[in-house]
Amino acid sequence: MKPRELVVILYLTLAIVFIFLPVAILVQYSFQDGLVPVPPFRGFSLRWYEKMLANRKLMEALGNSVVVGGVSSFAAVTLGFLAAYGLARGRPRHAGRLQFGLMAPLTVPYIIIGLGLLSTFGALGIDRSLLTVGIGHVVINLPLCFAIVYSQLGEHQANIERAAHDLGASDLQALLLVTAPMLWPTLLAAFFISFTLSWDEFVIAFLLSRFDVTLPVVMWNMLNSGLNPQLNAVGTLVFATSIGLVVLVAMLLMSRGGRRG
Amino acid sequence: MAEQIVRLVGVSKHYAEMVAVEPLDLDIVAGEFVVLLGPSGSGKTTILSMIGGFAAPTAGRVLIAGEDVTDLPPAKRPTATVFQDYALFPHMSVRSNVAFGLAMRKVPKVERHRRADEMLQLVGLEGFGGRGVHQLSGGQRQRVALARAIAVEPKVLLLDEPLGALDLALRRQMQEELVRIQKRLGTTFVHVTHDQEEAMSIADRIVVMNRGRIEDAGPPSRVYLRPASLFTACFMGESNILTGEVVEATSGVALVKTQVGTLNVPVPAAIGDRVTLSIRPEQLLVDHVGAGALALGSGTITETSFQGTHLRAHVAIGAHGGDLLLRAPAAAALAPGSTVKLAVQPADIAVLNR
Repeated sequence: MKPRELVVILYLTLAIVFIFLPVAILVQYSFQDGLVPVPPFRGFSLRWYEKMLANRKLMEALGNSVVVGGVSSFAAVTLGFLAAYGLARGRPRHAGRLQFGLMAPLTVPYIIIGLGLLSTFGALGIDRSLLTVGIGHVVINLPLCFAIVYSQLGEHQANIERAAHDLGASDLQALLLVTAPMLWPTLLAAFFISFTLSWDEFVIAFLLSRFDVTLPVVMWNMLNSGLNPQLNAVGTLVFATSIGLVVLVAMLLMSRGGRRG
Repeated sequence: MAEQIVRLVGVSKHYAEMVAVEPLDLDIVAGEFVVLLGPSGSGKTTILSMIGGFAAPTAGRVLIAGEDVTDLPPAKRPTATVFQDYALFPHMSVRSNVAFGLAMRKVPKVERHRRADEMLQLVGLEGFGGRGVHQLSGGQRQRVALARAIAVEPKVLLLDEPLGALDLALRRQMQEELVRIQKRLGTTFVHVTHDQEEAMSIADRIVVMNRGRIEDAGPPSRVYLRPASLFTACFMGESNILTGEVVEATSGVALVKTQVGTLNVPVPAAIGDRVTLSIRPEQLLVDHVGAGALALGSGTITETSFQGTHLRAHVAIGAHGGDLLLRAPAAAALAPGSTVKLAVQPADIAVLNR
């Protein structure tokens, strides 16, 4: 092996270790056969997973996270898709500025969005709930969904829609029978990316929720009473779900690339 | 006079600063295979878009089957388009693609699938109905696009450079099939291309376009052999363009002084007129013996190239640096440096009006 290659491999290994070591340790100590997730590692046990599954508060939060993630992602994808479609096909005046306006929220820190929504809901007299958390997640995910879908609405797709109109389809028929199904992998990918971001989003969920909370908020609350291997188990669950969804997205996008060829 | 299925009346199209189509009239007869031929930017595709309803004319009216459709969207017009990039629905099977237009017309599923299979058979894709679009080759996609468009039984089928992406052999084959299908269905076809050979091999009538204007329109043989304009003469294939001045004029015959000598041309003209003449390279006769031909004098071959079907040669002729392009049989014994006597039948000289 040439020294050059050795350096590259060493660097890569260090980088990967740097990124994944904390997660690996988190996962390892979720199997801790002891009361605290700190060395020494006392061997393999699933008791903290059993505890986690028996923890009603946690399981409720898990359900809340799934609902908030699912519903808010569905809303974000739908709204983002319609915005992208309108901008790409309607060619409104100032399309460039509209695009900027739709994507600018990507640069706003979550805490600012959260505080802003908190004041707004307060002013409107709307109580904090899972609904407000969901609305917050639509706010952060809509720009992303818009950007993903907009990038896929090219001239070739426009021609395919023209063909549908030419064959007698109304605007709604073309949208539902051609545009949306044609973009199916993209829409699904956008949905899962949104879901992943909603799934482990903490700041907005913390600021905008009250009695019913999502998983990251429960984890935060549990942390207040100190380190506990059960937290590691929950963390492992959150991480595994995210990774699973990311892999799914990658596969969706790759299958799309394959079909184009 | 047969029924005029498409009428463009004073139609023009402007884009911001650019004029795509100058005001023009065009009538297309029912059952005709019309080819709009021209270089890119000549306005041919814009005309097709205006017939199909994808572009609104800046001025003028579009009539199809006697009805003013200028303000109707594509879905409401009795036209169907075969797109350049095929524009098939990627998420549907071949059969669903072909049946799409029928589904929009609320034809029951069994019936529309039967008709889709019929159309697939017509374009030579029998048994392909269940496949996905992405499993097809370029030529097969082309056929599906054609089947999808004719399935709705349009009065006018619009084809936007549909063969551009295919290789030469496949293109030839598709040209023949397009003609076969067109004759069988009797549908009016309006086909856009920049390939003059394709135009000649499929068209009943060629409409030559240039810079948003119609340069010439007529049957392929007429447009090729007796082009109306300089542009048409050059665009339809290689040609010898001679310009000259009429020095003598008698009833119907003019004596024209050109760079290759003085020619007797059967055209009514007045002394002093400038005329432009076109002679196709294959119409030049080499060492011709026989009456009736107009002698062009002797020339020296300066360059030859073997083209397979023929031999292409440049001949220097006359005292004023005249150069003629000649197409001789492939077996002709012509070599640079040899001297040839050239002649042309007077009827083969085309007089270009523009």
